[in-house]
Amino acid sequence: MNLDLTDEQHAFAAEARAWLAEHVPPAPLPSMDTAEGFIAHRKWEATLAEGRWSAVAWPEEFGGRSAGLVEWVLFEEEYYRSGAPTRVAQNGISLLAPILFEHGTDEQRARYLKPMTDGSLIWAQAWSEPGAGSDLAAIRSTARRDDERGGWLLSGQKTWSSRAVWADRGFGLFRSDPAADRHRGLTYFLFPMDAPGLTVRPIAQLDGSTGFAELFFEDVFVPDADVLGAPGDGWRVAMSTAGNERGLSLRAPGRFCAAADRLIDLWNDQQHEDPFARDAVVDAWIKAEAYRLYTWGTVSTLQNGGDIGAEGSVNKVFWSELDIALHETALTLLGPAAELRGTPGVADGRWVDDYLFSIAGPIYAGTNEIQRNIIAERLLGLPRGGDGRRVS
Amino acid sequence: MKFVLTEEQQALAEAVDEIIESAGGTKAARTWAAGDPASGQALWAQLADLGLLGLCVPEADGGMGGTAVDLVVAFERLGYHAVPGPYIESGALLPDLVGADVRRGIVDGSIIATAAVPGLVPYALDAAASSHHFLVDAESISSATSGPGIASIDRTRTLHELTAAGESAALDPAVVALALDRATLACSAVLLGAGERLLAEAVSYAKIREQFGRAIGEYQGLKHQLADVRIALTFARPLVTGAALNLGDPDSARSISAAKIAAGEAANLAARVALQVHGAIGYTEEHDLGLWITRVRALMGVWGTPRHHYDRIASLLLSPGTSPAPSPVVSPTR
Repeated sequence: MNLDLTDEQHAFAAEARAWLAEHVPPAPLPSMDTAEGFIAHRKWEATLAEGRWSAVAWPEEFGGRSAGLVEWVLFEEEYYRSGAPTRVAQNGISLLAPILFEHGTDEQRARYLKPMTDGSLIWAQAWSEPGAGSDLAAIRSTARRDDERGGWLLSGQKTWSSRAVWADRGFGLFRSDPAADRHRGLTYFLFPMDAPGLTVRPIAQLDGSTGFAELFFEDVFVPDADVLGAPGDGWRVAMSTAGNERGLSLRAPGRFCAAADRLIDLWNDQQHEDPFARDAVVDAWIKAEAYRLYTWGTVSTLQNGGDIGAEGSVNKVFWSELDIALHETALTLLGPAAELRGTPGVADGRWVDDYLFSIAGPIYAGTNEIQRNIIAERLLGLPRGGDGRRVS
Repeated sequence: MKFVLTEEQQALAEAVDEIIESAGGTKAARTWAAGDPASGQALWAQLADLGLLGLCVPEADGGMGGTAVDLVVAFERLGYHAVPGPYIESGALLPDLVGADVRRGIVDGSIIATAAVPGLVPYALDAAASSHHFLVDAESISSATSGPGIASIDRTRTLHELTAAGESAALDPAVVALALDRATLACSAVLLGAGERLLAEAVSYAKIREQFGRAIGEYQGLKHQLADVRIALTFARPLVTGAALNLGDPDSARSISAAKIAAGEAANLAARVALQVHGAIGYTEEHDLGLWITRVRALMGVWGTPRHHYDRIASLLLSPGTSPAPSPVVSPTR
């Protein structure tokens, strides 16, 4: 595919490839949602930071390389192709950092960005509540003013909080004005996970790890310096992260292209002859290729000053369904061996774990049903309502 | 990055739209289906004047000297408006295979040419409305005579068996392969355009049709189906554009096949959902929707069936011995 990469961009990709080849751990790390695995992944983030590969698109003063979007996509391609570990720092780097860049103070940026890149501060997200999942504006956890100490007291409960079991800090929305309606009166807070009054209760997941947790807040004090954006403006501030989580920044095509390549290797290794499975392998490759090309189109759009907007929802449904299709096809090829876990001999032992992760894709980052509503209403212009949702 | 259309390409698409809309939109398709080719041929002449039949022909030979991207931009509009006639054959397949005189005639619109490619396109489209008929195989091209018309699922398409007659010219197999891929690409673009139109028709109908006191577009059951069509078309498009960008490169064949599969699937989904959204009115002859529904189904089977293209990708992507090679274009028997 001739994408007219410059010599510098080719050189950048080659440099990343060489560094990864030298530094990627030879054996897969244990899951980052285990005590031992979390430490190992934190260490890997430090290694990445030493090579200045943690966040290539960030300014150099914060540990980045001031690289462009094209370089970022190239780096991600190299990263996934190399089989490097999953990024335990992702909540911070992909979700919180874009907000800090846009809405944070200089002091907040100085305090938080660099430690995000080297694994010294790992972040948990705290969006959902028992009564606020897809309907995030239904948040009931509160923030009460504490003028004496110059800050806020957080109370309530958060759930499905990813990385929360071992993370250092968390970020999320709390209702600071109980009289205000739904989207109004919310404030975006940053808080330490070991704060007095904060209890973390791990939730075991169906894959056996504790990838998320419940958080119980009882008058957890947060100083004004850890309010992100203006008090009461939390919804608007947070939506820029939702856009990021649903859009380009979380899901570079590299991950799917690498999985499609591994799927082809799996087919070739196994000398399959099932024509249905063969078509499924071809389909997975076609869709990964579509996603790769689409992303380059998005990059072109962004570089020409456009934005992603509701297109991010099209993106999210597609990659989450593609991810499941890729992994289901792999399990089909593995046959009865597909149920074996942690067995290095079985297609490097990753397919089953990755499959279990893939089936969560249509749920997190905004369910695919919500995404389809967004596509229908904002891209196609169909009328709102008609399904019990309150029209705001 | 060449993934954003240039101003010239956008202008080309708009010019094609304007010409077709001025000529009455789907009127040409309807009269053509009724056996009166006059308005379809008049439209052909206008689009030839715009350069549509010589987009990829060098300027020295009277063409536009454009790229395969220009081709897909223009042909998508043909699909969007359900324009009838052998545009893929004349404008994408034949220019590189015929002699200089015929090529000049195709480019200036004085010749409407159609073709059959045994193994891939068994019947020639609209031979009765065409002045020239060609039989193309892997390494030669011959003039041909056409048999009687055979009806198609798409009422705007009449199909004909061809019999070689007169002179035959040897061709470089690589040139034939490239021309076939270009035609397949053009077909993918037509499918994409038809799919976009089906979605647009369904969305506008869902906004105005009311049942149980509200627009049917308010119901999630329809919303989510329409969203799925949007997703399928959105991700078929970069495959078509990408295949156009690397037409003729070493990886070209698998890109073309991916584009044809994805455009066909997306357009077929659009057809099914658009019909469902319209209900019975969309099933009537009087309604235009059937023009695109049947066009999509017809085009899915020509220029390589999904099976052909799946096999082709598998043979290029998966290790040999695990997959049958795709059915080839029939070679001449000597």
